[in-house]
Amino acid sequence: MSLSLEAVTRRVGRETHIDKVDLTFEPGSFNVLLGRTLSGKTSLMRLMAGLDVPSEGRILMNGEDVTGRPVRERNISMVYQQFINYPSLNVYDNIASPLKLARMASDEIRRRVHEISEMLHIEQFLKRQPSELSGGQQQRTAMARALVKDADLVLFDEPLVNLDYKLREELRHEMRSLFATRNTIAVYATTEPGEALALGGTTTLMHEGRVLQSGPTESVYHHPVSVEAARLYSEPQINLFEAEVRGRELSFSGAADAGSHGSRFVLPAPLAGLESGAYRFGIRPSHLGLAPLADDDLEFAVNVDIAEISGSETFLHVSNTDHSLVLHLSGIHDFDVDDSIRVYAPAHKLFVYAEEVAEGADSALIRSPTRADNIVPDTSSGGLV
Amino acid sequence: MQRTHNNRAWWLVLPVVIVVAFSAIIPMMTVVNYSVQDIFDPSTRFFVGTEWYREILRDERLHDSLIRQFIYSFAVLAIEIPLGIAVALSMPRKGAMVSLCMILLALPLLIPWNVVGTIWQIIGREDIGLYGWALGQLGIDYNYASNPADAWVTVLVMDVWHWTSLVALLCYSGLRAIPDVYYQAARIDRASPWAVFRYIQLPKLKSVLLIGIMLRFMDSFMIYTEPFVLTGGGPGTTTTFLSQTLTQMAIGQFDLGRAAAFSLIYFLIILLVSWLFYTAMTHQDSDDA
Repeated sequence: MSLSLEAVTRRVGRETHIDKVDLTFEPGSFNVLLGRTLSGKTSLMRLMAGLDVPSEGRILMNGEDVTGRPVRERNISMVYQQFINYPSLNVYDNIASPLKLARMASDEIRRRVHEISEMLHIEQFLKRQPSELSGGQQQRTAMARALVKDADLVLFDEPLVNLDYKLREELRHEMRSLFATRNTIAVYATTEPGEALALGGTTTLMHEGRVLQSGPTESVYHHPVSVEAARLYSEPQINLFEAEVRGRELSFSGAADAGSHGSRFVLPAPLAGLESGAYRFGIRPSHLGLAPLADDDLEFAVNVDIAEISGSETFLHVSNTDHSLVLHLSGIHDFDVDDSIRVYAPAHKLFVYAEEVAEGADSALIRSPTRADNIVPDTSSGGLV
Repeated sequence: MQRTHNNRAWWLVLPVVIVVAFSAIIPMMTVVNYSVQDIFDPSTRFFVGTEWYREILRDERLHDSLIRQFIYSFAVLAIEIPLGIAVALSMPRKGAMVSLCMILLALPLLIPWNVVGTIWQIIGREDIGLYGWALGQLGIDYNYASNPADAWVTVLVMDVWHWTSLVALLCYSGLRAIPDVYYQAARIDRASPWAVFRYIQLPKLKSVLLIGIMLRFMDSFMIYTEPFVLTGGGPGTTTTFLSQTLTQMAIGQFDLGRAAAFSLIYFLIILLVSWLFYTAMTHQDSDDA
């Protein structure tokens, strides 16, 4: 079972919610839609489900055109951000409901419900009402209901948002193994880059109703094709610089209104191939360091604005008159506000994008960091490397 | 841990105590006081203990009135609750029509009880009343003033006309509170419209229905003005409900002790039935499990 969207557009009134989306999902694949709130993730899922009909374009399932086919005639299931279960039915009946509606034999229903509830660890709650369950258990019930009927397409619309951190980790982890043996297409919408990385499979970056980039998760993460894509797939947000290369000199433009002329560097060796001209440079917060790794690291003298400590990580916000940067440091670091420190950007970790041609316009990727000495991202923990 | 007691905090409770005392406790205790005495005039009164209560409980006239009252109240619930749900379900979900429907529904609720009685007195007339005339044209012999069944049905229809809106508005607000994703999930599950009603809408309406049922039960159980204006309790005693019997006893016959005992029993019946409804509806969940 494969699903393809061909130039799918959806307009509501004068607004374009989905703008010419082309996507293909392979059978048995796990696909993440990553985008901010209102980027069109839910709208796109509604189109895939058949809850809405595209204004233009076609939707194909196994090569068959299903564009106008209503949801009732498709075999899909969906899990929502809210925990949606039938309020008056107990967990067993909730999970069994799609099978009962499909008029399956009761022995088979019982077998399937028990199988799926064991996989989701809710077998001891089968007799309870949804209102007697915790949020995590309610969402597990909703997931069991979605998975029990062997749908061709399972849509997850930010299913873990309303759960606490521990439960999220746990369910996210199980999610992959649940789909490992299935031949269904899973589509999972999220706003969190970390979640997208942890779930793996393919990632599609959505922005303002358009697809910015789509491909295997790792490749999208390591080579975001544009500044907007890099911004989306970075948490905290990627640090950006307006840069100019002139011969062997690299300069970052500063805040002109503060009378600053920016910062100047000798063009580092890894960037030697760049032609003279204007660029946008980007570096992930986790690649900035407090100590130089090489002689040609770019050095910035900054003051500490705030150090946020989250778990065993520190997000350090620093600035000087020209730049305002975020560092993602592992471990807990104590800083006082206004401490003067130096931060270092390794040159080979820089993303290089074309210059911004117009206000708010996106710029294409010219060069992504060399991977030679990259640490392989530890996708299982969900951390961004 | 050291706790500081500040007895002046009691002053904050005082306003509530005063209001409740004057609005509930003192009037109630006065009634209790009356119910155990035989009062001839303000200075001549005798303590009679539970005699009034025993007399009331044996009174045939009151038994009839009580049975009539129960049949009436259950008929009101049996018609108004399903009808209210049906009206709420058929109302549009959004758009300009919503406000129009709301206004139309709210209109009967704004009309005072005695005016409702008068309106139906006119509507029910065979010569100039819409309802009476229409029934006459259909060949039905209708006269609410002389035919007991007609009178009874008219009082019932009047209440349905007056109060179904309340149930409909309550249900409508309950239906609007159901997130859209529930309907979406039902569509994805290929659930039938009946299944959507039975497994999503009805369970989600439970709390507003509880309020609706309680309000309509209590109100209809205490109905007085409308039948009093329309039929005066007649013909015979067909539409004489409990509150009218009570009024006759207290003001007509000035039988204060008996009326007081009756009031308390009346009050306890309403309390008991409301409690039964409440427990039946709120404990349904745990029974199923």
